[in-house]
Amino acid sequence: MKRLSLTLAMCLAGTMSQAGEVAPKDVQYNEDGAVAASLTGVAGDAANGALIVGSKKKGNCVACHAVTALSDVPFHGEIGPMLDGAGDRWSEAELRGLVANAKMTFEGTMMPAFYKVDGFIRPGDAYTGKAGTEPLPPILTAQEIEDVVAFLATLKEE
Amino acid sequence: MNYKAMTAIAAALTLPMAAFAEPDDDTLVVNDEIQMVTKTAAPAHLSDVMDEVMSGWHFRSDETQALQMDDFENPAMVFVDQAMEAWDTADGSEGKSCASCHEDVETSMKGVRAVYPKWNEQAGEVRTLAMQINDCRENQMGAKKWKYTGGDMAAMEALISVQSRGMPVNVAIDGPVQATWEKGKEMYYTRTGQLELSCANCHEDSYGMMIRADHLSQGQINGFPTYRLKNAKLNTVHARFKGCVRDTRAETYKPGSDDFIALELYVASRGNGLSVEGPSVRN
Ligand code: HEC
Ligand code: HEC
Repeated sequence: MKRLSLTLAMCLAGTMSQAGEVAPKDVQYNEDGAVAASLTGVAGDAANGALIVGSKKKGNCVACHAVTALSDVPFHGEIGPMLDGAGDRWSEAELRGLVANAKMTFEGTMMPAFYKVDGFIRPGDAYTGKAGTEPLPPILTAQEIEDVVAFLATLKEE
Repeated sequence: MNYKAMTAIAAALTLPMAAFAEPDDDTLVVNDEIQMVTKTAAPAHLSDVMDEVMSGWHFRSDETQALQMDDFENPAMVFVDQAMEAWDTADGSEGKSCASCHEDVETSMKGVRAVYPKWNEQAGEVRTLAMQINDCRENQMGAKKWKYTGGDMAAMEALISVQSRGMPVNVAIDGPVQATWEKGKEMYYTRTGQLELSCANCHEDSYGMMIRADHLSQGQINGFPTYRLKNAKLNTVHARFKGCVRDTRAETYKPGSDDFIALELYVASRGNGLSVEGPSVRN
């Protein structure tokens, strides 16, 4: 059942990408850096979000953040705050803004923007070291951002 | 590393992470003889950002640290032996070796590593050690330049570095090199690539912390060239810089470029006062 709903969500994201998706340059941040509207209109899949947060090839959020819920993933970093309880501390809109571009919330933060495509110094082609051409593909797709947000929202302090 | 060791470390890490994260207080003495200064007061030009500079040695595991404490254990030393042979071997149209001009490496190269990169008056340029080596090869020996980050170059840098081990890094930052130094400083604080990270984000703001499985050091270069267990060879400064810039999802600079020469001068100056350690061992 779970598997089915995941595939369904992916199909939907595929068809939505033209029509309903908010492009990186069109994201509306409020003055606190929050983003109220879903980037896709499709509910995030928290299970997939967990995979993205833990995966080196995707969000690699654990490079900088420890998350108890992902303790099966080896090596969590300690550059950013522990994410336990993030779902209590932040609303869904705030979390969306934090993942899409945390610099809108925390000026000058070390946290990379995951849904930003231009305005970089020496933009590269992913991790090849070669030059990239802006707009770069965002590090996470709109639906991946929604999935990560859905996962973060589940991180509640007991 | 085998899987078991990895899971064991992972388990240790997820629990008391902080215990791992501090640079340790061990003392580095090489061959029971060379006392290394691995922590010291930051040079004056850094005084508004940090109090103490530290060698990357402090951020490595006890096992990795031990490899650098004894030349029989240090895997870099075979390359030093190779370079010793190259030192005495004639190459190029002039039929000369390094020894033809510089004779005994232990005497002539003592203290050299500690002051590079430095200004070359005749050429009117800031020279890295690699540039000087290649200048000798081309213009004194009539030999072909070595690849900037290649094995021959790294080995020769290691041989030259060994003659200064234990001496304090002491690169000049003013006078004719000042503009280059300023440029290097600017680069150090520039946030590059899609991840928008600068050298300073990782090595000034976050040293001592874990970034995924890596324990972030101050990114000092007093230990270069460095034997890395990860790729089992000697690594040059510019190759290391290139890897770090690439990891910000940026277009890297070229080894040997004016950009990396400037960055090397600046980063070297951040280690003024630390001992020359090269060739060091890192993971
Ligand atoms: C290179 C480091 C780095 C990476 C990678 C990173 N973050 Fe962060 N993050 C930070 C830092 C540093 C902060 C603290 C904000 C500040 O004060 O600058 C932060 C803050 C946050 C916060 C708010 C903190 C709280 O719980 O109160 C959330 C939520 C968050 N990050 C989620 C993520 C997610 C999800 C990802 C991956 C998609 C991610 N981060 C990747 C460094 C990082
Ligand atoms: C995203 C984080 C990050 C950024 C940005 C970064 N580095 Fe690094 N760097 C690392 C990690 C991780 C290591 C390996 C652990 C260590 O020695 O700190 C490393 C290692 C090094 C080393 C080897 C230190 C030793 O003792 O052998 C040097 C030198 C270095 N970095 C210089 C730089 C310079 C110069 C820049 C900017 C051009 C830079 N780094 C940018 C993460 C980074």
